Amino acid sequence: MNIANNRPLPLWDPGKMSGVILWVLVLCVFCSKSHAQEISVDSLYILPVDLNEVVILGAKKRLTHQKQHKPLSSLDEYLETAQKINLIKRGAYAWEPSLNNMTSERLAVTIDGMQIFGACTDKMDPTTSYVDVSNLEEAQIQSGQQGALFGNTIGGGINMKLGHSRFKDKGWYGSVENAYESNNNLRIVGAELNYSKPEFYIDGDIIYRKADNYFAGDGEEVVFSQFEKYNISLNSGIQFSEGKKLATTLLFDQANDVGYPALPMDVSLARAVITSVSWQQDSITGNFKDWETKIYYNNIKHVMDDTKRPNVPIHMDMPGWSTTAGVYSQMERISGKHALLFKIDGFYNRSLAEMTMYPNDPNENEMFMLTWPDVRTTNTGIYLADIIALKSFTVALSGRLGLQNTNVADDFGFNSLKIFYPEMERSNTRFLKSFSVTFSKDLNAFSMSLGAAYGERAPSVSEGFGFYLFNSFDAHDYIGNPNLTNEQSLETNAKVSYKKEKLSVSAEVNFFHIPNYIIGVLDSNLSPMTIGAAGVRVYTNLEYAQVFNSAMSAKYQLLKGIHWSAGLSWHRGTDNEGENLPLISPLTYNSSLSYTGKRTSASISVSGNGVQENFSVRYGEDQTNAYTVVSATLGRRLVIHKNDLYAKAGIENIFDTSYSTFSDWNNIPRMGRNIFMSLSYSIN
Amino acid sequence: MKTIKNILFLLLAIMAVTSCSKDDTEIIEETVDPMATYNLIKALDYTDHVIEIYSEKEALTVGYNPMFIRIKDKIAGSYISNPNLSWKPMMHMETMMHSAPASEISGSAYPTVFSGYIIFQMPGNATEYWDITLNYTVAGVDMTKTVRIDVVMPSDGLKKSQVFMGSDDVRYILAYVDPKMPQVTVNDFTAVLYKMEDMLTFSVVENYKIAVDPRMPGMGNHSSPNNQDLTYMDADKMYHGKLSLTMTGYWRINLKLMNEAGDVLKGEDVTDTNTESSLYFELEL
Repeated sequence: MNIANNRPLPLWDPGKMSGVILWVLVLCVFCSKSHAQEISVDSLYILPVDLNEVVILGAKKRLTHQKQHKPLSSLDEYLETAQKINLIKRGAYAWEPSLNNMTSERLAVTIDGMQIFGACTDKMDPTTSYVDVSNLEEAQIQSGQQGALFGNTIGGGINMKLGHSRFKDKGWYGSVENAYESNNNLRIVGAELNYSKPEFYIDGDIIYRKADNYFAGDGEEVVFSQFEKYNISLNSGIQFSEGKKLATTLLFDQANDVGYPALPMDVSLARAVITSVSWQQDSITGNFKDWETKIYYNNIKHVMDDTKRPNVPIHMDMPGWSTTAGVYSQMERISGKHALLFKIDGFYNRSLAEMTMYPNDPNENEMFMLTWPDVRTTNTGIYLADIIALKSFTVALSGRLGLQNTNVADDFGFNSLKIFYPEMERSNTRFLKSFSVTFSKDLNAFSMSLGAAYGERAPSVSEGFGFYLFNSFDAHDYIGNPNLTNEQSLETNAKVSYKKEKLSVSAEVNFFHIPNYIIGVLDSNLSPMTIGAAGVRVYTNLEYAQVFNSAMSAKYQLLKGIHWSAGLSWHRGTDNEGENLPLISPLTYNSSLSYTGKRTSASISVSGNGVQENFSVRYGEDQTNAYTVVSATLGRRLVIHKNDLYAKAGIENIFDTSYSTFSDWNNIPRMGRNIFMSLSYSIN
Repeated sequence: MKTIKNILFLLLAIMAVTSCSKDDTEIIEETVDPMATYNLIKALDYTDHVIEIYSEKEALTVGYNPMFIRIKDKIAGSYISNPNLSWKPMMHMETMMHSAPASEISGSAYPTVFSGYIIFQMPGNATEYWDITLNYTVAGVDMTKTVRIDVVMPSDGLKKSQVFMGSDDVRYILAYVDPKMPQVTVNDFTAVLYKMEDMLTFSVVENYKIAVDPRMPGMGNHSSPNNQDLTYMDADKMYHGKLSLTMTGYWRINLKLMNEAGDVLKGEDVTDTNTESSLYFELEL
């Protein structure tokens, strides 16, 4: 038998573009037949046809409650509604977003433009877990190098934009919110109080969430899935003169007693303090405008805990700390055909994590290691974008140049890594480049765009310097590798959308060829540290990997106020040997019928996945079965003395289906039937 | 005016104090005791001289003991720089006597301090004891003195030496030398290997090899990478290798002794079924 011939082929190897081209053609045919129009999407930066998505979180826009599937749901649930985003679930809390089927280390995830890095070596605290919808306005999702505005990225950027009163002449106003979910006895209470005048505003809000264990579809209790979280924010601004504003932000987020049923450990504390001061000036001189400069600081403490778990082979403490300080300044210049955006930015991050294991023999010393050896990262960059409106089409160009230095500050940690890398040096500097070009054109009801981009990223702290990080997904210990070269990305994307009167349809594809793809590769000479681990993987640059994403969506207005919408997406990821990459979404679909009236709203939706055909045995995956779940909601808005009372109720997973998806860590089952109710009362 | 006077006085006072303290340090430097950081195990006061025996450790223990000796000439009031020292340890058991592996006595960084090591195979007890016979010269007179010493088990209870019969029917003594303070890193690892010629004679074994496999029994017998087997170096007549320790805690350093032909004389490979070697050291950090 010729093994080489039976080896699965890579998605695309140079000269075999046919698969991709075929897809593009199929999608184009679909579009041209269905007479659609461009889906209108908000965009912060004036990209004519953007590859971006915006998820309106709109806690500050009370009327949007009516449009939302589930008001007061977690940020993660909101993000899940974006077509490009999947969420990797290790429990009921702190899901890890994946964009274009790439996760944290390949994304630039920011809060209002601020860099913030989780403090957990096991990715139990993605950046998105430290904010709450209560003070966010929208999540801006930029695909691929469109996300380079916020940092070096491969898969894209997610920026969570904070909401505030924007100097509206409203005086005092506020709201009280309350919600309950039946499945896990989730209780949510929140309140906000704001004072806004043209020269000054102050916004304060607080939200508290507490949940017990949830139950899967077959009534099985998913133990260690409880959580408790509160989030407080205080934002204020002063307008010195028209268009000259000083704004401050203070966010405090703390979660306690968070269970991670898919992992061997829980979390006793995850706390973030996020602060910033910014200066905004609407106009400067000449054609320059919208100058914004922000200084920020955030500090995260994360403490893993296994004291509540039965039968742990060895008890361990694993605290982690991440502190980031940064600054950026950006401005725009509109002149003639050009719309320019300039940005300079820089941040300094310190990541430290420890592990102390308590031997079963109390006479022996504690076993201690530094799993992140106090890594100090300094990153500075300049970003430049220009949108040139030519006669027949528009060209958007952008580029980022960055310089990143990492320094292993702790002697103990440095000496530990030297066991693996005797020649290792403390300090390492990398030059990071990215460029993108997008052509777009509107033609009658059609909008089309075609783009190409190149990007680079440096290894993450875990990839570069992690020390025996246990990954329960593939049951291997992971060792960082300071000798990794930068991961690169060659990206192409295309989007066609069509919008006419009642129907809108869009289709898009993107393809990433990723040289020096970083992933853990088994080193059978190494002995695992974690009891029960199957082996040790060392982060290694593969020759390349490839990721392909395709998505279609459609929306049709059946009657006034009644919309049908549907989405379909398909993804594929392979390494240079044609092996599947892990955590790549199978065929996904959703369809919903919704009614939005003046006072009443209702919806029924179906969503599901096909069978996961391309799962990754090499990286610890097994096949995930197909599933379909059905959900329904009903909302009603009441006006009491000019104040709004909005009530919404719904039922998710109506048929109590027992299922788990490709992105459920270790196949933990998802929530079964869940009834939710929310009440919002806003005082004007 | 009074203020100025006060300030002047203060300045003078400060100058006086600082200059005094400077003088003090100089005096201390001149009389710095090279043995200050070591532990005096025994001081033998004779009419015209004093013998001082120091150890790096608080007490002499079973295993490798680096020791320092100096002899003070009471009449000259100074330490002797050429005493022609040699020594012989002896264990007095109830029914027999035997010696222990001991190095030659050589010089040290200080001209009047002499160093060497002894590997004690067993501790003393109520009825059995160790002594050291010292031969030396003071003012041109050869002397022989025997001094009784206490040898105890290491206070941490960790095994740092082993006396064993090899598969070649030779009795060997293997003792751990370095690292004294093991770190989480790749440590320079040193050991000494002697064979017993007879009850009173021990000789350094040259050119054998000792395989190194550190394990943490408390962590599912976790091992570490980039260890280097111990090999013989003629310069110090010791065995040198590398020892990687990935975390603090209790480590069992499994060893395997091989002769020049590669025959295994003592110790076994650690596998899934055989979790430890019969030849080993213990460490805790």
